[in-house]
Amino acid sequence: MKMDIAFGQYCEGNSILHRLDPRAKLIISIIYIVVLFLAKNVFTFALLTLTTMALVILSGISLRVIAGGLKPILFIALFTAIINIFFFTGDTLLVDLKIVKIYLEGLFNAGLIVLRIVLLIVSTSMFLTYTTTPLALTDGMERLLSPLAKIGVPVHDFSMMMTIALRFIPTLIEETGKIMNAQKARGADFTSGGLIKRARAIIPIIIPLFVSAFRRAGDLATAMECRCYTGGAGRTRMNVLHAKWYDFAFVLAVTALGAAVVLMNIYLPGYTVTM
Amino acid sequence: MAEIKLCDVNYIYNKGTPYEAHALKNINLTIGEGITGIIGHTGSGKSTMVQLFNGLAKPSSGSVLLDGRDIWEKSERVREARFRAGLVMQYPEYQLFANTVYEDIAFGPRNMGLSEDEVNKRVIDAARFAKVPEGVMNRSPFDLSGGQKRRVALAGVIAMRPEFLILDEPAAGLDPGGRRSILGGIKEFGKASGTSVIVVSHSMEDMASYCDRIIVMASGKIIMDGTPAQVFSRYNELIGVGLDVPQITRVASALAEHGLDIGRDVYTVGYAAGKLSELFDK
Amino acid sequence: MENTIEVKNLCFTYEGYGDVPDVEALHDVSFTVEKGSFTAILGHNGSGKSTLASVLCMLSEPASGEVYINGKLMTGEDVTDEDVFDARRRVGMVFQNPDNQIVASVVEEDVAFGCENLGLPPAEIRRRVDDALECVGMRKYARHSPHKLSGGQKQRVAIAGVIAMKRDCIIFDESTAMLDPMGRREVMETIEYLNKVEGVTVILITHYMEEAARADRVIVMNGGRVLTTGTPGEVFSEPELLWDADLDVPQTTELLYRMKKAGLDVRLDIFDFEECAAEIARAVKKRQSEVK
Repeated sequence: MKMDIAFGQYCEGNSILHRLDPRAKLIISIIYIVVLFLAKNVFTFALLTLTTMALVILSGISLRVIAGGLKPILFIALFTAIINIFFFTGDTLLVDLKIVKIYLEGLFNAGLIVLRIVLLIVSTSMFLTYTTTPLALTDGMERLLSPLAKIGVPVHDFSMMMTIALRFIPTLIEETGKIMNAQKARGADFTSGGLIKRARAIIPIIIPLFVSAFRRAGDLATAMECRCYTGGAGRTRMNVLHAKWYDFAFVLAVTALGAAVVLMNIYLPGYTVTM
Repeated sequence: MAEIKLCDVNYIYNKGTPYEAHALKNINLTIGEGITGIIGHTGSGKSTMVQLFNGLAKPSSGSVLLDGRDIWEKSERVREARFRAGLVMQYPEYQLFANTVYEDIAFGPRNMGLSEDEVNKRVIDAARFAKVPEGVMNRSPFDLSGGQKRRVALAGVIAMRPEFLILDEPAAGLDPGGRRSILGGIKEFGKASGTSVIVVSHSMEDMASYCDRIIVMASGKIIMDGTPAQVFSRYNELIGVGLDVPQITRVASALAEHGLDIGRDVYTVGYAAGKLSELFDK
Repeated sequence: MENTIEVKNLCFTYEGYGDVPDVEALHDVSFTVEKGSFTAILGHNGSGKSTLASVLCMLSEPASGEVYINGKLMTGEDVTDEDVFDARRRVGMVFQNPDNQIVASVVEEDVAFGCENLGLPPAEIRRRVDDALECVGMRKYARHSPHKLSGGQKQRVAIAGVIAMKRDCIIFDESTAMLDPMGRREVMETIEYLNKVEGVTVILITHYMEEAARADRVIVMNGGRVLTTGTPGEVFSEPELLWDADLDVPQTTELLYRMKKAGLDVRLDIFDFEECAAEIARAVKKRQSEVK
């Protein structure tokens, strides 16, 4: 069955990026995204391309995997590029097709914007999806947000929900496949007919799926109760996150990168990207 | 009499990915009347094979013939195959969805495009065969007990009047009484309606007492095919591939070592007891 | 002998609704489970055995009757939440559906879940999780996703989660019912190891005769009542009683029973196929020599 999606796309490994504290990775990702949007000219883009390539090398993840991860955004990137090429007005006219005019600046701008999207996806997946398990991410999120629990935000409950969702998504996907097969065996047809007919055809899948999800939820709640779960209070964790020197070093390095980009924007004015 | 035939069938999961798995290897098989049992481990390919019979899975190579015609020849043929080879999946009670038991059983026949009169007739017949009590026909299927739900699901497939009734572990999770009743009911239905039955199961004891023919699968291949007596007499080979044999077959084999030979083809308690009585009454 | 669980005159009724009448699930059930013993509760679906399990785990409250856990009364109005929490630290439960009791998407995180709820220090949890996984033979799957495991492996993970909490009694509520023969064998071996080697009190709820035959004691439930109790030998010596309760006896017992009916002088309390054959051979030879 081809239903088994690569959920979270975590790649097993033991690189420095894998070993970073998930909290550090979350913070770094946020800073890195901001820095990418601060980048204005060709020099800063060059610098960020270099740092992102360094990240890829550090992570030890194969280029083929990364290229595969970029596939889904290909369309968005192309679309943005085309819009930029056709609707950007600059000084150097390259092609004049009467209705649309293509300028050198437009091409250039499009290139940088696509580069930004690519760098955005590659860098965040380097820090988050490829090197961090969804569970570790949830965990990091819970601990980063834990101060909010003091003002009554149910941080633990949200993270428990996330944990359980991560656990059950593959199970429910598999179950959907089974139910679909069972109904197909009774002659259900999911592929032909108009919109309304197709929507109706989904009922025999959705209802058993819901019934099963509720049954599972009930069972799981009982099982958790039997394992002495009483909510977040008084709970400890097996894996305690310890921030190490390299976590701080990484955060510092990325902050420094941000500062460098800002300075380069000011002191090295080159071709500037708009948008 | 209808006949399902697999010719040189191979089935490969996730072809071209690192998870590629060769689930069925060069299978040639013809299944006709009677009750045919398929046994094998989880992962032996038996569940994949079952999905080939009614076109839920498409062979990677080779062909599936229903009465001599390839079911994958045209797309309508596949759907027709699903009606003619009715499949009851494992834990079928989890596929119930309609508001009432009646509506659920009627789902298959309605998909066949039958008239309401015909649907009604088939639903009532199927419910009777599957021993669904009349009183529950207008109740929600979700209010029934586990055993009753399974009967309703079974009726939902029987109502299509398939020429083949294929069941994947029909007795899974049931207690001995429930097993006897559902397997006995299926056997009775097969006889009364002339439907060929294919049952997949782990339970050697059940297969021994209900099947006319047993097919043993291991690592994607058919390793044995014959009557229960023929299959269970190859006791050591079965154990060799990690399958069980009925406890009584082991007893018979141990009895032979004690000088009481009642044959190698013992697989039901009644038979063993009869043979033994003959021995000591001499 | 110390009793881990003592049940006295337990009654339980599921209240009906609409046109569904009340169902009396348990009626005057009494028994004791000795510390370190292996007790099987046998019964067909709907015989009350699962209701019994949920009462023992304090998931449902009985209509009347008493349940003592390690000598402490756990039923009635004086039972506090702390008492329940305390009892749950001692009595654990492994359920039927292996999928619906695993919380985390990494095996070792799931095994740690119960210990984390107890508020144990991280180093202690780590040690217990490693030990528990070792004990059920799942150490090498510690970082795996439970989703990819077989049914038997999932149940062993669930068992590890229970033993990591160092419970002295584990109730298995039809934990083998959804497994294939291989999975059942794995789980039964784990259960026997826990009982014989680790000294855990085991209550196994099942409808498989072969599993019940491996217990020290069998309690047979039927229609919400205790039908009979005794050693497996004693219980299975009365096949008619079990057949009437929609249960089976092992094939060895059935054969011996039929031989006995046919006039052969054999014992009925044998479950091993070799012993069974030896017993029949002995009896047949004895008879043949008598005839001569």
